[in-house]
Amino acid sequence: MNISNQEYGELAKRVSPPSSMTKTIPMAFVIGGAICVLGEALLNMYQALGFDRDNAGALTSMTLIFLSALLTGLKLYDRIAQFAGAGTLVPITGFANSVVSPALDFKTEGFVLGLGAKMFTIAGPVIVYGISASIIYGIIYYIFKVLNGYV
Amino acid sequence: MDIFMEYFWAFLIGGLLCAVGQILIDLTKLTPARILTSYVVAGVILGAIGIYEPLIELAGGGATVPLTGFGSLLSKGVREAVDQYGLLGAFMGGFTSAAVGISAAIFFGLIAALIFKPGTKINE
Repeated sequence: MNISNQEYGELAKRVSPPSSMTKTIPMAFVIGGAICVLGEALLNMYQALGFDRDNAGALTSMTLIFLSALLTGLKLYDRIAQFAGAGTLVPITGFANSVVSPALDFKTEGFVLGLGAKMFTIAGPVIVYGISASIIYGIIYYIFKVLNGYV
Repeated sequence: MDIFMEYFWAFLIGGLLCAVGQILIDLTKLTPARILTSYVVAGVILGAIGIYEPLIELAGGGATVPLTGFGSLLSKGVREAVDQYGLLGAFMGGFTSAAVGISAAIFFGLIAALIFKPGTKINE
């Protein structure tokens, strides 16, 4: 069969499974939104149990992280992530998954340099740049306060 | 606020933040590590300039559950620590406010890694 490059490209496009943005973006929206709705429900539940807003928020994060660790261990989180894309990455459950998944996979390379170190493959940079950004903000905020005579 | 609207906003804003992440992945080929890092730093900046907290008022979990919410929590912690301890607070607030999230991820991560068996990873 003799076909040109262009024809081959069109053929390949038609035959390959559709993973176009018209599918990935709504999927990320719906799954991500659903995880946030679960977060909102947990937030309301903990507040109804008498925790203030800050502590209810902390308990909500803790619960979502626990669920994500469990689902990651059961190999379910990565299965959902396959079609949810950023919908399972952007919520805090995605952060937890990024900690648990390499910890589990590299357990065979030892408990210290395997599990212990690889746990921070993604969480490490997140903490480095997140904390550093917050320190820079803190210094700017302090200077701002000094200049305006609050200190 | 009406309970239905509360969940509606959580779904809408949370979904939109994830959709933006998906657009970034599809168009720029940013790796998940870069997306997560960018979201946290963006959250610190949005929290610092005062945009993110009104969003939390509106969307609740829709704004706090995505990692931008984690970033805004860092900026809130730093602001409160600087108010209380001065310049030293800039080096305290971030970790104080992130303590529960990071500790939970480390501890539950360790337990899960100890209990479960490593399997064939589906994603590369």
